[in-house]
Amino acid sequence: MPRHRFAVLVFPGTNCERDVLEALRTVTRQDAELVWHQEGSLAGFDAAVVPGGFAHGDYLRAGGLARFSPVMAPLSAMAGSGRPVIGICNGFQILQEARLLPGAMLRNRSLTYVCRDVWIRAEDRNSPLTAALEEGDKLRIPVGHAEGNFFADDEELEALESGQQVLFRYCDEAGRTRDGTNPNGSRNGIAGVRNRRGNVAALMPHPDRAYESVLGNTDGVRVFDSLIRWMES
Amino acid sequence: MSDSECEAGLPDALAAGLTADEYRKIESRLGRSPNPTELGMFSAMWSEHCSYKSSKRQLARFPTESPRVLEGPGENAGAAAIGEGLAAVFKVESHNHPTFIEPFQGAATGVGGILRDIFTMGARPVALMNSLRFGPPAVRKNRVLLGRAVAGIANYGNSMGIPTLGGEVAFDDCYSLNPLVNAFALGIAPADRIFRARADTPGDPVFCVGAKTGRDGIHGASMASAAFDEEAEAKRPTVQVGDPFLEKLLMEACLELMAGEALAAVQDLGAAGLTCSTAEIAARGGSGIEIDLDLAPQRETGMSAYEIMLSESQERMLLVVRRGREAEVERVFAKWDLDAAAIGRITADGLLRVRHAGRPAATIPCRALTEDAPVYDRPRETPQWWPEPEVRDGDLPEPDDWNEAVLRLVGSPGLASRRFVYEQYDHLVGSDTLARPGGDAGVVRIKGTPLGIAMSLDGNGRYTARDPWRGGALAVAEACRNLAAVGATPVGATNCLNFGNPEKPEVMWQLSEVVSGMCEALTALSVPITGGNVSLYNETEEEGIFPTPVVGVVGVFDDVSTLVGQHFCEPGDLLFLAGPQGSDALGASEYLKVFQQSTGGRPPAPNLEAEVRLGAFLRAAAARRLTRSARDLSEGGLIQAAVESLFAPDGSAQGAAFDLEFAGAPLGALIGEAPARALLSVRPRDADDFAELASVHGVPLAALGTAGGDSLAIRANGVEIIRLTVDDLWPAFGHGLERAVSDRR
Repeated sequence: MPRHRFAVLVFPGTNCERDVLEALRTVTRQDAELVWHQEGSLAGFDAAVVPGGFAHGDYLRAGGLARFSPVMAPLSAMAGSGRPVIGICNGFQILQEARLLPGAMLRNRSLTYVCRDVWIRAEDRNSPLTAALEEGDKLRIPVGHAEGNFFADDEELEALESGQQVLFRYCDEAGRTRDGTNPNGSRNGIAGVRNRRGNVAALMPHPDRAYESVLGNTDGVRVFDSLIRWMES
Repeated sequence: MSDSECEAGLPDALAAGLTADEYRKIESRLGRSPNPTELGMFSAMWSEHCSYKSSKRQLARFPTESPRVLEGPGENAGAAAIGEGLAAVFKVESHNHPTFIEPFQGAATGVGGILRDIFTMGARPVALMNSLRFGPPAVRKNRVLLGRAVAGIANYGNSMGIPTLGGEVAFDDCYSLNPLVNAFALGIAPADRIFRARADTPGDPVFCVGAKTGRDGIHGASMASAAFDEEAEAKRPTVQVGDPFLEKLLMEACLELMAGEALAAVQDLGAAGLTCSTAEIAARGGSGIEIDLDLAPQRETGMSAYEIMLSESQERMLLVVRRGREAEVERVFAKWDLDAAAIGRITADGLLRVRHAGRPAATIPCRALTEDAPVYDRPRETPQWWPEPEVRDGDLPEPDDWNEAVLRLVGSPGLASRRFVYEQYDHLVGSDTLARPGGDAGVVRIKGTPLGIAMSLDGNGRYTARDPWRGGALAVAEACRNLAAVGATPVGATNCLNFGNPEKPEVMWQLSEVVSGMCEALTALSVPITGGNVSLYNETEEEGIFPTPVVGVVGVFDDVSTLVGQHFCEPGDLLFLAGPQGSDALGASEYLKVFQQSTGGRPPAPNLEAEVRLGAFLRAAAARRLTRSARDLSEGGLIQAAVESLFAPDGSAQGAAFDLEFAGAPLGALIGEAPARALLSVRPRDADDFAELASVHGVPLAALGTAGGDSLAIRANGVEIIRLTVDDLWPAFGHGLERAVSDRR
């Protein structure tokens, strides 16, 4: 019997909703449903995922218009109530634009879109993206973005680091963080963060593209397992 | 006096690119002189781009039937049955002319156009590929064209959320002023719910949906049917501007609507815009159509009937709706924030009637614009120089230093890894990508079924230029071999024929020979053509391109878990060369191009019997899970296939030791490009079964060595001539293209 019900938000231009839905259903064996951005309520859902894509065409800025969609009010309420809200890629950008997560995304240092496997290292376990991981665990997960260059000013960066809000950092296969391992120029190699309370979390890489052995990579399973672990602890 | 009341005469027709004969044919078809709007509509529909008037007779020679073909040439895209009640819907199309004028938008709208062709048929697109050709990257302008075209393709495909699984990038002088951008798309539809562009029920309302019509892209079809001169810059307004976000909404809205029963017929608005879509959708159904342009959503005010009928504004579709179901269309398009305007209806009289500003603006029999367009059998002439001599390895000096030669070859722009390009394309969205770009074929699974789809896009203009028959046959053979390498069975093919000016007899000879070569290979390999397009007049200032056929073959896996990898996986695995041994074809090869700056010599002779046997063997070995990795041998020969097999997409690398015995010189054995061959790796315990299977299929098999270690080591007749570590090779092979095309130098 499924114990949880997940909402997967769909904005015009979202394009990873089916990937996330399939990954959630396959890995967690819980209920997951698509929710159109015009919905004014998330009643009956225990958690929400904001998937990747180009919400509202990413006009203005990546994620910049999505925060005006009606579904964002109940999403903020869900975040405020302590239930898990997670973002992947464009979902990360949307949660930043909605001020549910810190920092902002700049264009990649290369000025081009980048799609490839990267290694990331778990930095903190207190989040619905990392609860099933140990600090220092390494995952190989694909990225696919043009604006994933995480930026925060010195003061905010210091606050994020000292508050253990950094969840993932780009690294090499051995877990070392080096300049060459950072695919987009993110400050401190940041690939994922959480809010102070820990229930809102996001990452740029796509665990929804690495959840089944047929895809040649199951490292993303541990990210979705974390969601269940976090909700049940 | 309004446009509709004045007459357009012969001088207007000549200025619009029509001939005097064609103008007389229009007059006789109408029984009067056309007005300017009508003349513009004829000029677009009778252009080479829309009418295929020079190539139609050639295209009619392609084999187009098989038990799997559900839709052959003539619809928006072809369709083949793939099992489980599903169909693969696919097509490749050129966007060459717009790309030269404005590379970002030209290439981007090429992707947008081909995607509309796919979802028009009711299929959800699941994969893209593209085939790109530019002038040498040493010239800055060529680097800019490449960079902007790739960025445009990435912008459109990535935003749509459809993975780009591979394709080609090639360079040659002849593409400097005529770059080629051919875009391929593939979608999946229920086999019994394929939508067609055929309206046959008078009274059904006609809707124009999606973007508003603006003044962009007017006469794009005519522009794409003429050679360029130094005024090409002035043609920039004929290039359309794409909006992938709008197209994403249009795609979702159309697919949502197509799940119901409201639609009778669908056609996208591409070349020649409303003119082409209205005339074709009615002509195919044997009906007529009337539209009122005042009802069409417009982006700007004061547009004339001529402009509205010929606008090529992107992201628009023409829907013919079952009478009484209009509200469903309006509801779905409102949900997606898109315009959906009823602009007319289907009639019984066979006429295309256009009203504008309350008056008739055009009245033309639909078939006059489509089926009755002129067809030419243009003169062909075999050039004096043909055929070129074959080039064997004895004709060429061996490299002094083989290590250096290998680094130079695999690091050259023609052979280096395409990573720098394909990493800009989202190739993983959809979570279905099982074989990523960089291999012989792209592969996606179909969720909820055991099926997989493989696809490959191939062509070699250098081969075709020196021997069009061989080049045509080899393009088909290589695409099929690429599918066989991963273990898939070809089910259909699409093609894009990129040529120069068909009014030149030598160009028509090339076209006819290419089609003959393709036909022979398609027949031998049992692959039908289901559609495609032709791009002629790829000439600027009298300089033409190499005749460049690009062939896209689609294959199916009944069980995609039998997919064969493309990289050496485990130390100790045994390496084999399958196919005819002792071939040393070096004519028109990458080696000649890199080391002799020559594009001459006769390309290798196709060996279609050997291709058929090799394909059957590779598929049988894959189905029995005997093959660990497979790579076909093509440009760059064995060396290139070996180097490509060393580097896996996850960043890991595996060395290999080859111990080769052969009769001739190393050049032919290592770098020759003879077809019908593949480099394979096999677990030692499977080697006997593997060899037996090869012999059952009549495929010669030679043991080459073993995978493992940190180097590529090659012994030739007992003497080590090559030893390069993977760390030596990667900077050349992995970064060669990036170095050649990036502007930071």
